[in-house]
Amino acid sequence: MTDGGSGGGSTDRGMAGIGTQAVAEGCGWKTVAEGDGNYPSVWIFKNINADLLPTCGQEIGTLKNIENLEQGIRVIASRAYSSSGKEMTVRDALNSAIDEEMSADPKVFLMGEEVGEYQGAYKITKGLLLKYGPDRVVDTPITEAGFTGIGVGAAYYGLKPVVEFMTINFSLQAIDHIINSAAKSNYMSTGQISVPIVFRGPNGAAAGVGAQHSHCYAAWYASCPGLKVLAPYSSEDARGLLKAAIRDPDPVVFLENELLYGESFPVSVEALDSNFFLPIGKAKIEREGKDVTITAFSKMVGYVLEAAEILAKEGISAEVINLRSIRPLDRSTIYDSVRKTNRLVTVEEGFSQHGIGAEICASVVEEYFDYLDAPVERIAGADVPMPYAANLERMALPQVEDIVRAAKRTCYRSNSTTATA
Amino acid sequence: MACSATAQIIQPLSINSARSVDNSDACTKTLSPSSFLGSTPRINKKLFAVNKSISPLARRPTTVFAVSSDVVKEKKLKSNSSLSNLLITKKEGLELYEDMYLGRAFEDMCAQMYYRGKMFGFVHLYNGQEAVSTGFIKLLKKEDYVVSTYRDHVHSLSKGVPAREVMSELFGKTTGCCRGQGGSMHMFSKEHNVLGGFAFIGEGIPVATGAAFTSKYKREVLKEDCDEVALAFFGDGTCNNGQFFECLNMAALWKLPIVFVVENNLWAIGMSHVRATSDPQIWKKGPAFGMPGIHVDGMDVLKVREVAKEAIDRARRGEGPTLVECETYRFRGHSLADPDELRDPAEKAHYATRDPITALKKYMAENKLVSEAELKAIDKKIDELVEDAVEFADKSPVPARSQLLENVFADPRGFGIGPNGKYRCEDPKFTEGTAQV
Repeated sequence: MTDGGSGGGSTDRGMAGIGTQAVAEGCGWKTVAEGDGNYPSVWIFKNINADLLPTCGQEIGTLKNIENLEQGIRVIASRAYSSSGKEMTVRDALNSAIDEEMSADPKVFLMGEEVGEYQGAYKITKGLLLKYGPDRVVDTPITEAGFTGIGVGAAYYGLKPVVEFMTINFSLQAIDHIINSAAKSNYMSTGQISVPIVFRGPNGAAAGVGAQHSHCYAAWYASCPGLKVLAPYSSEDARGLLKAAIRDPDPVVFLENELLYGESFPVSVEALDSNFFLPIGKAKIEREGKDVTITAFSKMVGYVLEAAEILAKEGISAEVINLRSIRPLDRSTIYDSVRKTNRLVTVEEGFSQHGIGAEICASVVEEYFDYLDAPVERIAGADVPMPYAANLERMALPQVEDIVRAAKRTCYRSNSTTATA
Repeated sequence: MACSATAQIIQPLSINSARSVDNSDACTKTLSPSSFLGSTPRINKKLFAVNKSISPLARRPTTVFAVSSDVVKEKKLKSNSSLSNLLITKKEGLELYEDMYLGRAFEDMCAQMYYRGKMFGFVHLYNGQEAVSTGFIKLLKKEDYVVSTYRDHVHSLSKGVPAREVMSELFGKTTGCCRGQGGSMHMFSKEHNVLGGFAFIGEGIPVATGAAFTSKYKREVLKEDCDEVALAFFGDGTCNNGQFFECLNMAALWKLPIVFVVENNLWAIGMSHVRATSDPQIWKKGPAFGMPGIHVDGMDVLKVREVAKEAIDRARRGEGPTLVECETYRFRGHSLADPDELRDPAEKAHYATRDPITALKKYMAENKLVSEAELKAIDKKIDELVEDAVEFADKSPVPARSQLLENVFADPRGFGIGPNGKYRCEDPKFTEGTAQV
């Protein structure tokens, strides 16, 4: 619907906003158009006084000098839809997932260091202590081995603990319980005892935290049968996968990333529903392409998407696979993709020897050797404990340029065959 | 060393006569834990009631005891009155003051540099706990070992690592004590026998116990003249960790020359000690394993030093380990990223009045050991030292690219390089057993 009275002439300054129409009009905004039923409500206000911006709602774009108001409405409305009702940080996504699962099932409880009164070492469990009380949000002393064991024992008897490690690095102190009492129990007891537990925490490198805080354990846990290992990237992944993990009757290691906690991603309306789950064992194709397949998980997905943009400008169309689930690995998605593109690059933050990329490459070469047009490439972190110095740390982790270079090598577009950073 | 059948709690020495038993009751009241869920006032009172009667549990007959020496008790009786029996000489006093002031000035500078972006990652500051570091480490020889946690800047400085090297390490420069590869939490120095700097709490304790084991081994197996002592510094949170108990057991079992120093600052990030521990009195855990357990006021460097002398001498004589619990406090948050919202401001204010540096100054002034001018001269010298350290660190180069792959192994191929310049393990005679290795 358009306001027949005026076109968006060059003298009008227009702003678009999503918000309460009544409030906006109260501030002097004049509605000239509304969205239709398919889009969340979008109103376009023209001739606004910049000082009277509405107090609610979200500005999503400005129309300046738009000749055709209708066209402008369509642009704004589509922009509004794509940044649909909400953007959500990964932190809020995780918080809401735990919150919803705890309210849905009284057997779910949270355990870890600083999860209660401190609101979570990275504020992931903010507000949960107040809501559920100290019996369900348990602040533990600093004894990873002890409280992980307690969690596993509780899970044997039907409770559903969510055990938080301040970083997954600290899970090394508890790895005996994760592997020996949790992962292997269902097998050793032939199905009598299942362990519906979730071990979660930030994995991999953060910024300048040194060797003992920056190790990526995806490969360690993914090599153990009996564990499910998940690594979300976006808020939607975080929400859906954590909810699925909590409901899952098997032990799940949930690898988050500290640098992603603060990042905001758009979430669809479905993702906000309390019954939103993502299947464990399915990867997501973040970006379709036809020239090279690039797989990644967690923070590296962001880097790969950036690399894909750069490659697109050079005429290479990259297909980006967000693994989401490291164990079980979604081999069929990867195979389908390689059959389509015939080239593979795997990207991970951890060390390359015996890493996730090693498994994917070996698997693809075993099954689909004939489809490969180029040698498989692995991008991984440098084979050294993480140095502290900022410039060395940057060199020790894969950067966007490394990914671009590897993709070009598989497309035989690069000048040199050696990796130089 | 005196023995007694009961575990005795050390009476804190009343060097500063303004402090009395009553004051400690007052602090019990201000520190009411009512804001904590799950902790009880009863437990909290116990934590501060160390001046009160010995707990009945202690009267159980045991073969080992928490004692500190009669030497210390005698000093307590005397020091209230006579000036001629001071605990420190002027020279020692100045040394202690300088070391504590260096620790304080350095940490404050770290905070400034962090907020200016020169330092990054996790930085854990030691403000307020200087008495423990100075009190213990200044009694050590260069060959003695110190193992710490992530709060290790001041331990390294006290042990003798130059401020320039520590600051460069924090800036991530190649002139740092670990060439920028370790960082704030991983200070190592072979020259000064600082064995780290560990990020996981509890990790340093077995390492220190191992260093003590080396010392004993050198003495008894290798027959070297070795009386080196290891000190392990760690916090109250660590005392709930399994590794702590395992090491107490082994150290006592094998009579290792180690002193376990607990810097009980009552808080593990946001977790109060009383909320995390079934029995908050950590010193009691010593006698359970067969070693003396001592509690001392960690805000008073002279008291700490007295207890440390005893403990370190005990270890040097070969009589085994000691557990020393120092009640102290950190004035800043857990790290520079910690908003520090959970600690009661009244508690912080209370401990701020017990600042170890001001306490030492007051003691030295009251006993006319030093003049204001001398102290000011030290202040100025240290401020300049820290400024110089910052400048040095600023000007230092960042590590070269080639440094990234260095030092992963001490010897990647094993057996090193032979006289002909080639790797020994590649010598064809190597596997035949006829190579010169």
